[in-house]
Amino acid sequence: MSTRQPGAARGGKLRAPLLFAAMAALLLIEAFTTGWNGALGIVNMGLISAILALGVNMQWGYAGLFNTGVVGFIALGGLGPVLVSMKPTPGAFSAGGWGILLAFAIALVTIAAAVWLNRHLKRMKGLAILAVLIAGFFLYRAIFDPAVAAIQAINPASAGYLGGLGLPTLLSWPVGALLAAGAAWVVGKTALGLRSDYLAVATLGIGEIIVAVLKNEEWLDRGVLNVTGIPRSWPVPYEVDLQADPGFLERVAAFGLDPVTTSTITVKLLYGALFAAVLLVLIWALQLALNSPWGRMMRAIRDNEVAAEAMGKNVTGRHLQIFILGCAVIGLAGAMMISLDGQMTPSSYNPLRYTFLIWVMVIVGGSGNNWGSVLGGMLIWFVWIKAEVWGPQIMHVVTATLADGPLKQHLVDSAPHMRLVMMGLILLLVLRFSPRGLLPEK
Amino acid sequence: MDILNALVAILNYVVVPATAYGAQLALGALGVTLIYGILRFSNFAHGDTMAFGTAITILVTWALQAAGLSFGPLPTALVALPFGIAATALLVLGTDRIVYAYYRKVRAAPVVLTMVSVGVMFVMNGLTRVLIGVDEIKFTDGARFLISAQEFKKATGLAEPLAIRTTQAITVITAAIVVAALFWFLAKTRAGKSMRAFSDNEDLALLSGINPNRVVAMTWIIAAALATIAGTLYGLDKSFKAFNYFQLLLPVFAAAIVGGLGNPLGAIAGGFIIAYSEVAVTYAWKKVAIYLIPGYQSDNLLQLLSTEYKFAVSFTILIIVLLFKPTGLFKGKSV
Repeated sequence: MSTRQPGAARGGKLRAPLLFAAMAALLLIEAFTTGWNGALGIVNMGLISAILALGVNMQWGYAGLFNTGVVGFIALGGLGPVLVSMKPTPGAFSAGGWGILLAFAIALVTIAAAVWLNRHLKRMKGLAILAVLIAGFFLYRAIFDPAVAAIQAINPASAGYLGGLGLPTLLSWPVGALLAAGAAWVVGKTALGLRSDYLAVATLGIGEIIVAVLKNEEWLDRGVLNVTGIPRSWPVPYEVDLQADPGFLERVAAFGLDPVTTSTITVKLLYGALFAAVLLVLIWALQLALNSPWGRMMRAIRDNEVAAEAMGKNVTGRHLQIFILGCAVIGLAGAMMISLDGQMTPSSYNPLRYTFLIWVMVIVGGSGNNWGSVLGGMLIWFVWIKAEVWGPQIMHVVTATLADGPLKQHLVDSAPHMRLVMMGLILLLVLRFSPRGLLPEK
Repeated sequence: MDILNALVAILNYVVVPATAYGAQLALGALGVTLIYGILRFSNFAHGDTMAFGTAITILVTWALQAAGLSFGPLPTALVALPFGIAATALLVLGTDRIVYAYYRKVRAAPVVLTMVSVGVMFVMNGLTRVLIGVDEIKFTDGARFLISAQEFKKATGLAEPLAIRTTQAITVITAAIVVAALFWFLAKTRAGKSMRAFSDNEDLALLSGINPNRVVAMTWIIAAALATIAGTLYGLDKSFKAFNYFQLLLPVFAAAIVGGLGNPLGAIAGGFIIAYSEVAVTYAWKKVAIYLIPGYQSDNLLQLLSTEYKFAVSFTILIIVLLFKPTGLFKGKSV
C-alpha cells in the first residue's frame, strides 16, 4: 500500500535475528523476575497471537484487505473444540437435532430459491423474492423454535445444548479453521469487490453478528452460560494426573523441584511446543506460497489492482481466496485458544482485544512480512499483559504528590485502562515514523 | 376501538422509540459522512468521539448539579452540552494537528487514514474509560414524561398506553434544530459553501482560493459538535456506557453508507431507515395482531428477531443496499 517507503531497514540481514533475540531476552527477564509460570503463560498466548497476526497479515499484507471482523472468526474457530471434543448431551440430538438440521436445510433452500428468482425472473422480481424469503423465514422459525426449546429443556443447569461429538481435541483445530473459512466464504462472496472501506464496515458487522449468535444460541454453545471443561489436546496431560503419577514425582524429586509448580510448567511447556510446531508449519507453508508465482501475483494485485486486472488476473477471485485462507488461519488460532483455556466464554470476545489489538500486532511487526507478524504478535501480547501492571505503577508515581482523596483514588482505579491508550499510541507512532514496521517487507 | 388500540401500540412501542433512535443515528451518521466527504476517510474513532463528548458532558452535568443548578423540567445535561462540544472540538482539532495533518500532507491512501483512525480510536476509548470508568451511567433529570401512560389512558379511554419521555421529545427537537442549522450553514454561508466546494472537487476548490486548513478545521469542529450532541442525546434517552458507544459505530456507519457516504441528506434518511427497521424487526407484534385479527390467539410472540440481533438488521440492510445500489440510496461519493 502507499505506506511503503523506499530504502532498506537498518541492520540488514541481522535485523530479524537481533529483534527476535531481544524479544527472547525480554521473556527471559520476565521469567527470572516474576517466575517461569507467568512467562510461559505469556509465551503460549503470544504464540497464538502470532498465528492470529499471520492470518490478518495474509489478508492485509498480501492482499490489502481490511478485515475488521477478526473477533468473529476467532470466536467461530473457538466453536470447533465445543462441537468436536465435548461429550454429546444424551438425548439432545434425538430431541431437536433433526429439527435444527431441517430448519437449516429450509433456510438454504429459501436462499437458493431467492437467488434463482433474482437471476431468472423478469417481471415482479422484487415481490416474488420478498414473498419467498418471508414464507421461508416463517417456515424456518416454525421448525427451528420448538427444536431449540426441546434441546434447551434437557438438564439446563449443566447441559441444555447439543454438546459435541466426543472426538479428540486436536481434531477440533482444523474444524475451527473450517468453520471460520465457511463464514468467510459467505462474507467474501457478498462483500468482496466492494470498496475497501465498505469491506471494513461489512466485516465489522459480521464480527458483531457472529459473537451475538454465540452469545444467544444456547442450544449451540450454551451462550453466556459458557461451556467449561473442554478437554485438553493430545499430548498435554492434566496437572492433577501428573502430580499423581509416581514416575513424574520421582523425576521431579531427583532434581529437587516442587511437584506442583513443575507440573504446571510441564503442561505449559507442552502446550508451547505444540503451538510452536503449528506456527512453524504455517510459516513454512506461507513462505513457500509467498515466494511462489501465486505470491507474486497476490503482491501485484495488492500494489496495483487495475494493472493486475488488465493482465488477466481475476482480482475478486484471488481476494476471495486469500480472505478465506486468512480467516481459516484465524479460526485455527481461535480453536487453539479455546483448548488452551479449557472453556468457551462468548461474552469475553471484545473487538478491541480480539480485532484491533491483532491489527496493532500486524502493523507493528511489519505488514507483508510473516516473521514480522510473529514478532509483532509476541511483542504486543507481552506489552498488553505487562501494561496492565505498568499502568497502576506509573499512575502511583504520577499521583505521588497528590493528596489522598477521591481524585487520586479515581486515577489509580482507572489506571488499567491506560493500556488502551498505550496501544493506540504505539499504533500511531509506528504508522507515523516507521510505517513498514519492525521487520519490513523485502 | 381495536384498530385505534393497535395504532397506539405501534406508536408507543415502534414509532416513538424508533424516531428518537433514528434522530440519534442520523446525527452520528452526519458526522461520519461529513468527515468522509471532506477529509476522505472512514473515521473509526467516531463512536469513541461520541463517547468522549458525552463523558465530558456528564462530568459538567454533575458539577452543575453539585452546584445546585438545574434546567427546570429539562435535563441539566443540555446546559452542559456546550462545554462537552467545546472540549471535544479541542480534542479532535488537537488530534488533527498532531496525527491526521501529516497524512494529508503526504497524500496517504484513504485506507491508511482509516488505519490511523483505529489508533485514535484506541486512545480516545482509553481516555474516556480513565475519565469516567466503564460502568453504566444514567444522567437524565428533570421531568420524566411529556405524556405519561396513565394520563394518556385517562384522557382517551383506550386500553393501550402511549408514553412519550421528555428525553425522546428533546432528542427529536434538538436533532431537528441541529440539522436545520447545519443545512442552512452548508447552503447559505460562505464557509459552508467552501466546505461543499472542497467536498465536490478538492483541486478546483484550492484553485479558487479556498483555504484548506480552514475547511478541515471547520469540518472537525462540526463533526465534534454532531458527535457530542448525538452521544448526549443517546445517553439521555438510554444510558451511557463507553462500550455501547463503540458498538454504535456499526449502525452509524450503516446509516451513512445506506444513505450514500458523503451525502448529508442521505445520512439522515439512512439513520431513520436503520432505526425503524431495527425496532420493527425486534418488536414482538403479538399484541398488535390480537387487536387487528379478531379471535387471534397464539403463544407466538411474533418477534422476527430477538433484540440481541439488532446489529444483524443494520448489517443486512447495509449488504442489500451495497449489492444493489453501491453508492447508497441517495447518490454518494465513490472514492
